[in-house]
Amino acid sequence: MDSKHIQDVDAVTGISTTGHEWDGIKELNTPLPRWWLSLFYVTIVWSFGYWIVYPAWPLVSDATRGVIGYASRLTIKEDLAALTKQRAAQASGLTDATLEQIKSDPAMFRIAMAQGKAAFGDNCAACHGVGGGGAKGYPNLNDDDWLWGGSLDAIHTTLENGIRVAGNNDTRISQMPAFGRDGVLKRDEITAVASHVRGLAGLSQEPKADKALGAKLFQENCAACHGDGGKGNKELGAPNLTDAISLYGMDMASLTETIANSRNGVMPAWGQRLDPVTIKALTVYVHSLGGGQ
Amino acid sequence: MSTIQTSAPQPRKSLWSKHKIFETNSIILILGVLLVVSVGGLVEIAPLFYLKNTIEKVTGMRPYTPLELAGRSIYVREGCYNCHSQMIRPLRDEIERYGHYSLAAESMYDKPFQWGSKRTGPDLARVGGKYSDEWQRQHLAQPRSLVPDSIMPGYPFLAKTELKFEDIDSQLKANRVGGVPYTDEMIAQARRDLVAQATPDDPGQADLEKRYPKAQSRDYDGDPKTLTEADALIAYLQVLGTLVDFKLYDDKANIR
Repeated sequence: MDSKHIQDVDAVTGISTTGHEWDGIKELNTPLPRWWLSLFYVTIVWSFGYWIVYPAWPLVSDATRGVIGYASRLTIKEDLAALTKQRAAQASGLTDATLEQIKSDPAMFRIAMAQGKAAFGDNCAACHGVGGGGAKGYPNLNDDDWLWGGSLDAIHTTLENGIRVAGNNDTRISQMPAFGRDGVLKRDEITAVASHVRGLAGLSQEPKADKALGAKLFQENCAACHGDGGKGNKELGAPNLTDAISLYGMDMASLTETIANSRNGVMPAWGQRLDPVTIKALTVYVHSLGGGQ
Repeated sequence: MSTIQTSAPQPRKSLWSKHKIFETNSIILILGVLLVVSVGGLVEIAPLFYLKNTIEKVTGMRPYTPLELAGRSIYVREGCYNCHSQMIRPLRDEIERYGHYSLAAESMYDKPFQWGSKRTGPDLARVGGKYSDEWQRQHLAQPRSLVPDSIMPGYPFLAKTELKFEDIDSQLKANRVGGVPYTDEMIAQARRDLVAQATPDDPGQADLEKRYPKAQSRDYDGDPKTLTEADALIAYLQVLGTLVDFKLYDDKANIR
């Protein structure tokens, strides 16, 4: 149609038109601004440089690697190495120091507390609460009442190997029998024992329960782990039943459930997930919350 | 259409003036657009399917057990991926919080992958073993009972709904079509393996572990009598990110 197209210059602007016309209105063929066009060409040239410098083109079995050898996995490796170095400088000796030394050295203690607090938020707070206050089934770490011991070493062992972790030979392990589910005790016997346990803690006993039976059954079934007086045994993670502190509740319903179906709480083995220094820092932090014993 | 008004010189017949072909023919324009748009995919995506180093060589990866696979289906059904990613990026703070960055090899048996693109909740790529089964159970039923600030909805029905798994062998077969190396034996024993993994002291557990190394068998939902959807989902969550043995992983060979 327009092999003989001839440039048509608009009289007002002096710019040629595209030759298209609608109802007497013609479309101006305004050129792109020179600065914009120059930038566009610069980006094209830039891309050639980028291809050479950075990993870019896929080849047969690999991709071009780029002359400066950039790789995101290399960068993160360097980042982490820098972090480790920075921490090592701040916490000089934390790697080799014993837990006691860390605790008694104010500088190391400060670093361990800071690192421990951060790691606690990432890893422990979901169960033990942000402040270590715990929840039903997840021990409160602020009180000096410990199932498996509250010394620095005991806390370290618990952190490292966890509690009842399947497949970990060093984990803390014990198993309370499910007296009801496994048919060891009958319903009214469980009520009697539950009531007796309330008595041990100085709480009011269930009026209908048989006191003598409860005491007898406790001696027969519970005392081996919890002790004759119900004081517990940290070697077995058997809680002290005489204090008012309880992981699963001391009301009759909770106690009945505990005795009938047992409770065997699990804590992950953090030695498999966190590095040794972080575990040490966590130990010191947790010990500072409510450790002692 | 064209108007001849002035006698200016003829325009140059270079390549630059050929765009009129595209501008006046919609079919050619569409083909041109498709060609240009597909360049990105051809250069950036297609090579990943043939390049040998896309997926790292690792030790320990295995296909999901039937129970884990059933749990994964529940994960997808409930839309967990809408709020949880399964992709730890190679960034310092992510590694500090979640552990080693995710490898391509770790999702090679995920059809489709669950990388996700939204983190309303935390990343779950390495949540396996981070919490106890009981925590998972309680948290799924009532998230705020454990994490007071959580905005996650509760899924209490999972522990009350029996798992339907009559078609689990078909699910394994479908995954095999997608490239997951399930053997005929695995498919034939799928239902048996699924029950064995969730039943304490089931005699089938030895065979299960032979077929799926490191498979963890236990009652996941705290109710040994019934096999529920919570059993499957927790079994799936507890295996996430735990299979690759990073002690044997050669990170230098996989720098890219």
